[in-house]
Amino acid sequence: MFKRASQSEGHAVKLTVDGAPIVARQGDTVSAAMLAAGLGEPYRHTAVSGVARAPYCMMGVCFDCLVTIDGVGNRQGCLVPVQEGMVITRQKGKREIES
Amino acid sequence: MNQTADVIIVGGGIHGCSTALYLALRGYKPLLIEKDYAGRHSSGVNAGGVRQLMRHVAEIPLSIRSMDIWDKIQDLVEDDCGFDSHGQVLVAENNDELAIMRERVDDLNLRGFTHEELIDAQELRRLVPAVAETCPGGVVSRRDGAANPAQTTTAFRRMAEKRGARIIEGVAVTDVKRAGRDWQVTAGDETYTAPILVNAAGAWAGKFAAMLGEPVPLEIVAPMLMITSRVPAFIKPVVILRGRKLSFKQFANGIVMIGGGYLGRAYPETNETDLDWTKLKDSARTVWELFPVMREATIVRAWAGIEAKMPDDIPVLGKSLKHEGLYHQFGFSLHGFQLGPGTGYTMAELIATGHTNISLDAFRPDRFTMHYQETRQ
Amino acid sequence: MSFASKLRTAYDVIVIGAGPAGLAAASTSAEAGLTTLLLDENQAPGGQIYRAITFSPLKNSPVLGQDYEAGINLVSSCEKSGADYVAGCTVWSLDRERVVGISRDGEARLIKAERVIIATGALERPFPIPGWTLPGVMTIGAGQTLLKSSGLIPEGRMVLAGQGPLLWLYAAQVLRAGGTIEAICDTTPLKNYIDAAPYLPSFLLSKYWMKGLGLIREVKRKVKIINGITKLSAEGEGKVKRLVWQAGGRSGAIDADVVMLHQGVVPHVNLAMAAGVKHEWDNVQACFRPVLDESGNTNVHGIMIAGDGAGIGGAESAAERGRLAAIDSVSALHPDALSKVPARDNVRNALAKSMLGRKFLDLLYRPTKPFRIPQDDATIVCRCEEITAGEIRASVAIGATGPNQLKSYRRTGMGPCQGRLCGLTVTELLAYERGKTPDEIGYYRLRSPVKPISLAELASMPQDDVAIKAVVRG
Repeated sequence: MFKRASQSEGHAVKLTVDGAPIVARQGDTVSAAMLAAGLGEPYRHTAVSGVARAPYCMMGVCFDCLVTIDGVGNRQGCLVPVQEGMVITRQKGKREIES
Repeated sequence: MNQTADVIIVGGGIHGCSTALYLALRGYKPLLIEKDYAGRHSSGVNAGGVRQLMRHVAEIPLSIRSMDIWDKIQDLVEDDCGFDSHGQVLVAENNDELAIMRERVDDLNLRGFTHEELIDAQELRRLVPAVAETCPGGVVSRRDGAANPAQTTTAFRRMAEKRGARIIEGVAVTDVKRAGRDWQVTAGDETYTAPILVNAAGAWAGKFAAMLGEPVPLEIVAPMLMITSRVPAFIKPVVILRGRKLSFKQFANGIVMIGGGYLGRAYPETNETDLDWTKLKDSARTVWELFPVMREATIVRAWAGIEAKMPDDIPVLGKSLKHEGLYHQFGFSLHGFQLGPGTGYTMAELIATGHTNISLDAFRPDRFTMHYQETRQ
Repeated sequence: MSFASKLRTAYDVIVIGAGPAGLAAASTSAEAGLTTLLLDENQAPGGQIYRAITFSPLKNSPVLGQDYEAGINLVSSCEKSGADYVAGCTVWSLDRERVVGISRDGEARLIKAERVIIATGALERPFPIPGWTLPGVMTIGAGQTLLKSSGLIPEGRMVLAGQGPLLWLYAAQVLRAGGTIEAICDTTPLKNYIDAAPYLPSFLLSKYWMKGLGLIREVKRKVKIINGITKLSAEGEGKVKRLVWQAGGRSGAIDADVVMLHQGVVPHVNLAMAAGVKHEWDNVQACFRPVLDESGNTNVHGIMIAGDGAGIGGAESAAERGRLAAIDSVSALHPDALSKVPARDNVRNALAKSMLGRKFLDLLYRPTKPFRIPQDDATIVCRCEEITAGEIRASVAIGATGPNQLKSYRRTGMGPCQGRLCGLTVTELLAYERGKTPDEIGYYRLRSPVKPISLAELASMPQDDVAIKAVVRG
């Protein structure tokens, strides 16, 4: 869905999404990194009807970027900067709580 | 312009709307005047508990009468009101608490009430698997449950109108006075006259009672509630922990409602309330300690309605002791929702026939006056 | 180490939002010697317009433009001023006693202030067209965020739709960054040009016209523009595949992998409304805006609003408004320090100058009713709870009279976004169906928490907090 502009520069940051490794850039938010890695179609499924969604506003107001980060669910991925080794799990339906 | 009605009801909460419906069913033409819209306040924003459990003994007959109506609510108001019944459970956290509960259940049984059942640790865990292992038991009221308060109040309002009641919303009653044998009520630019007046004005009822020469020590409060994001189903009945000020309910769609009667601040003149987050923190702490499975839940919404309570936590209900043709129906002290259908039935019966089979003596408007307390020694 | 351990329990001034208004307000306040705390939920300052100004991967390229670069001065002033600053911080509560609820890293705190300056800016106006919830449909603001913070441009076929200056700015930036745009579907109606015409003179006096014209020319050279769009719908299974359009009698469909929508921005009212700030309907900008005095004071004593949240005016106006709010706070709390801040009159003049030409833009780019009130009943209005326009209309028919009653009929507005993406649509839809004005209909009754707070965070608040005791006593 998105690709890096050639003029842009930045350090690589490695993380996993649903167990698979992706490479992000320093300064990316989790949502931006996922979109750049082609993980936006779909990004998640809603808890209401299970329909496919992806981030809409990228500024923390639409709540369509909800994702589980390092075990904590329902986080707005567009507000969380990527960090080396982050474990991201996509949300499908009602959020599963880690016991 | 003067307008007449059989009965004027001030206040469109569950109690006012219920009375309006039952009067209409008896062939009366009541007029209900609500300053905002039906269910705007307490009745529309409470936790929705349909509860017989843990009531003051004086309320129990009324609560049972109301519960019978809840069981057939769909037929009465052509709406299921979102009512589901998985029971309500009072959890004992230690043996001392359980002992107190045992005493109560024994006492109720002696009085002929069997709706509260003492349960042991095994039955408690069966009903509420998520509760801590150390809890020795509790009390269950199996017929209890919860409903959607706004949906319920709106349904009563709609059916009352369908059956012949006239409902005026968005206009506040500003003055009430005697005119011969009638009551004259001013609301907006109009004056309405009726031989019978019902004061069902919730947090504003104290004001009217005082205006009518029958003041009561009504306190206006703002009980707070929190709602969480959807979590996988882990609890079916409504759960109460008395010692911890916690009530807990999970809806079919997975969201959890946390209550318990912590109070915020009410501003009745402007219909506003403020939340007290220091108290909600205590509530969150309690949930965090008792239900580890909830620890990562997020609070998505919190609010507080405007409610009123009496010092003895039971309502003012019944005939005025000062004026002919005046009835009171208010002060439900944070637990009036379940009683709504029953109080409306009772009020209509009282107005139509002059009496009702339930004793309303404990709910007298004068029970806090010096005169009453002296003469009752 | 707890982020809160470095903070005071009470400040003279708390500024919420580190966009141009917040940066300017915090700088001015701290320079005057008031204890000042600046809070922002993003990882770095700049808000939306100056997003990623301190670290953008496109910093050293001409892609973003000179106006963007101006933001760096605001940031350095703020850094030098001595204000406390917490990034990545959620502000979930503000009440009339000026107690601010904040959370970060799993911890929450309540902090009190004498003055709170809300500078939470604006958000994109909802753009409810059929299919707007499909993956691949986003706002132009989202596009800008991805570009500024991550140097990302859309891959595959991209279509822009809507109206407003931001649409042309983004289009130009994407092209400069080497991206391609299949088409721009411009929804500006002819009528708007006529309505805006009387204000053309002042617009020509402002700096907007030259910049705007330059951007439009730059884009038109490379991109097909379809004008006079009257209907739009995004189609696809599981993700967007095409954008279908109508422009009066003409119609067509454009294959697209990414569709970006924009029809202006509106004040982000949630925190202010939850704090009890009175708002009123602005019919030109078709949104609710707070009722303010000249300095940004609201009806709630000690709570002020600066920036686009006070009324859409752009980055420069926002900074001037931020300064005015801070100057007013200094005047109230520490008047001997007024010599350390700019003179009020100078700031007022700068504000007036920066507002020159806005009226023209407001009228030219005023979104039309069909794009504010969905005609197609199947269009989703409340994204969070997946409620359609038709379902809302049906609820009106059975007695829902306002947005708050609608909540209990349909759950509209009860999702996590708290009406940010449906509030205006619901109010205007109800107003239209019931023949009333938006002011008469009102808006969702908003409360804290305005952003979710986890149970763990709430439970983590300390038992004994000096500020809390002070509030409870008062």
